[in-house]
Amino acid sequence: MSKFQFPESIKSRPVYGTLEPRPGKAHLMIADAEGAEAILDLAAQDASLMAHAHIIYIPKGTDFGDKLRALNPAQYYEGPSYDASVQRLRHVLANAHQGLQVYLTGTEGLMGQAQNEAMQAGIPHTSIQTEHRGSVARRMQCVHCKGITEDVMTDPFVCSHCGLNLFVRDHYSRRLAAYQGVCIDAEDPGNVPEPKELYT
Amino acid sequence: MTIQFNEETFRDDYSFYNSDWAIKRFPFPFHEDSYMYSVNMEQHRGGPKGSVYEMRFDVDEHYVSEMRDRAMVLADDPLRCQSLPHMTLAGWDLLELIMVSKSEDYPDLFELHRDGNQWRWINKPLGIDDTFTFMDETTLPYGPMEYITRQAQGDFCVLDQRDEMLWMDAGMVTTQADWSLDFDIGMNFFEWHAPVPLAHEMGIFKRALKFLLNIQQGAPARRLNWTMTVNPLLDTSPENYHKWGIQKTTLTPENIGSKQHLRVELQSFFRLPRSNALVFPIRCYLCSFQDLMTVPKWGRRLHRVVRDLPVELATYKGFIDNRPMMLDYLEQFDDGLPTSRGVFPDLETEPPLTKA
Ligand code: HEM
Repeated sequence: MSKFQFPESIKSRPVYGTLEPRPGKAHLMIADAEGAEAILDLAAQDASLMAHAHIIYIPKGTDFGDKLRALNPAQYYEGPSYDASVQRLRHVLANAHQGLQVYLTGTEGLMGQAQNEAMQAGIPHTSIQTEHRGSVARRMQCVHCKGITEDVMTDPFVCSHCGLNLFVRDHYSRRLAAYQGVCIDAEDPGNVPEPKELYT
Repeated sequence: MTIQFNEETFRDDYSFYNSDWAIKRFPFPFHEDSYMYSVNMEQHRGGPKGSVYEMRFDVDEHYVSEMRDRAMVLADDPLRCQSLPHMTLAGWDLLELIMVSKSEDYPDLFELHRDGNQWRWINKPLGIDDTFTFMDETTLPYGPMEYITRQAQGDFCVLDQRDEMLWMDAGMVTTQADWSLDFDIGMNFFEWHAPVPLAHEMGIFKRALKFLLNIQQGAPARRLNWTMTVNPLLDTSPENYHKWGIQKTTLTPENIGSKQHLRVELQSFFRLPRSNALVFPIRCYLCSFQDLMTVPKWGRRLHRVVRDLPVELATYKGFIDNRPMMLDYLEQFDDGLPTSRGVFPDLETEPPLTKA
């Protein structure tokens, strides 16, 4: 599958790479939706990773589960949502030993949040890899009410908490794992352009 | 001198005003007739007597009202003051720096009495007389950074320095030019500057960071930055932009002189002794166009700067839509005569306006 090339952007916007097998005592792989394909590619490069791999996968309506399970990872977990999986994720990170390699892949929202958890658990950033796959949706924070709206696909969009019409900025906070949304019609109330799909 | 503190507001009825004294000492930010971003930093070692550069932390006639406005902003939104857990020591450093500086620079307004770790702090303008134990948080009503920055004009960013980088890990930010501490906290120097146009490509931030990393204790630096604000509103935050943005559309040719304000930030940089953090005070000064026009040199120059400012900067600073109306107004104060170099008014030597 071809990967989406994000356009050049400002310096707070994260850039993602391509997962590659790295030597490590244990391998934690966290993916959602099409991120499964990046893990399949990783396993194709080095099947021996799987003997020490823990896969945490959130399908989001896709059906890659059987293929991932067929890789025979040491541990496999499928969660209904990121929020439902996060306690498990924290537990795994808290109990991680030195030499853990972390692989994050799928949507920006998933990678950003899981990366935060890994950093807070003290995993060195050099042991964390990311690869974007699938939806280009963004996790957005409303700068006005602070509410997070997940999986935003259009610009502008409606804040799912306070209902303001927000435009999608490229300014990104790693701490919040979110981009910033700012009221689009503050200077001309009611003049809200037709929402356009991101990157079109 | 003793300062007469103004009774004024920075919201609702906007009763804010500048005395003649405040106008003459306004930190006009343009040393020549054009403006572009640059690494405009110099040592912060005083300045002309009575100027805003003279003291380490300038106190002026707006002090008491500004502190009242800050308390209101914080009551509405406590997230304007945040400090990551590892920044408490830097908070104590900052408290010490401000208390020592203010009590030395303004002995008639502030007193600090130290007996070992038992400190007594007297702030006469705000009616505060507190005794506390230095480095013991339980003896203050707020954390050390919040306590002292509720008593100091301007915003404060406290930057942790590690891995040859500065990190915005604490701050008190209620008078900002449209950026969010809550969003930016934890970012590094390049990340929080990401939205600024042109300056990254010009290499400005790389050079500026290098300079900042090397600032030594006792050798502070400063620079000016500026933007435009309609009405003397201190809290031009993104958080409240959906409320204040509309005010930009209330300018008319009749009211622009009194409503449109040049907003200047006197930014300084101090190394803190125990934490090795860097503190970045951002002191905001507002002056209406009509008050600025009482200084002929500033009238001529402001017109030329606003007229010739690159579109990217006028857009980023948020006044691109109002620029034509500003120019119609400012043009009346530009008779085409040359201007003297430097930022000061030069009232005695610069000719009066020669235009009807
Ligand atoms: C370490 C201290 C500093 C802090 C905390 C800081 C913080 C900021 C912030 C938060 C913004 C707003 C960005 C946005 O749009 O969201 C900004 C803008 C800017 N900063 Fe800094 N800054 C610092 C030092 C400097 C230095 C040393 C320079 C020197 C060249 C500089 C140059 C600029 C410029 C040119 C802008 C755009 C301002 C405008 O056009 O109005 N900053 N800064």
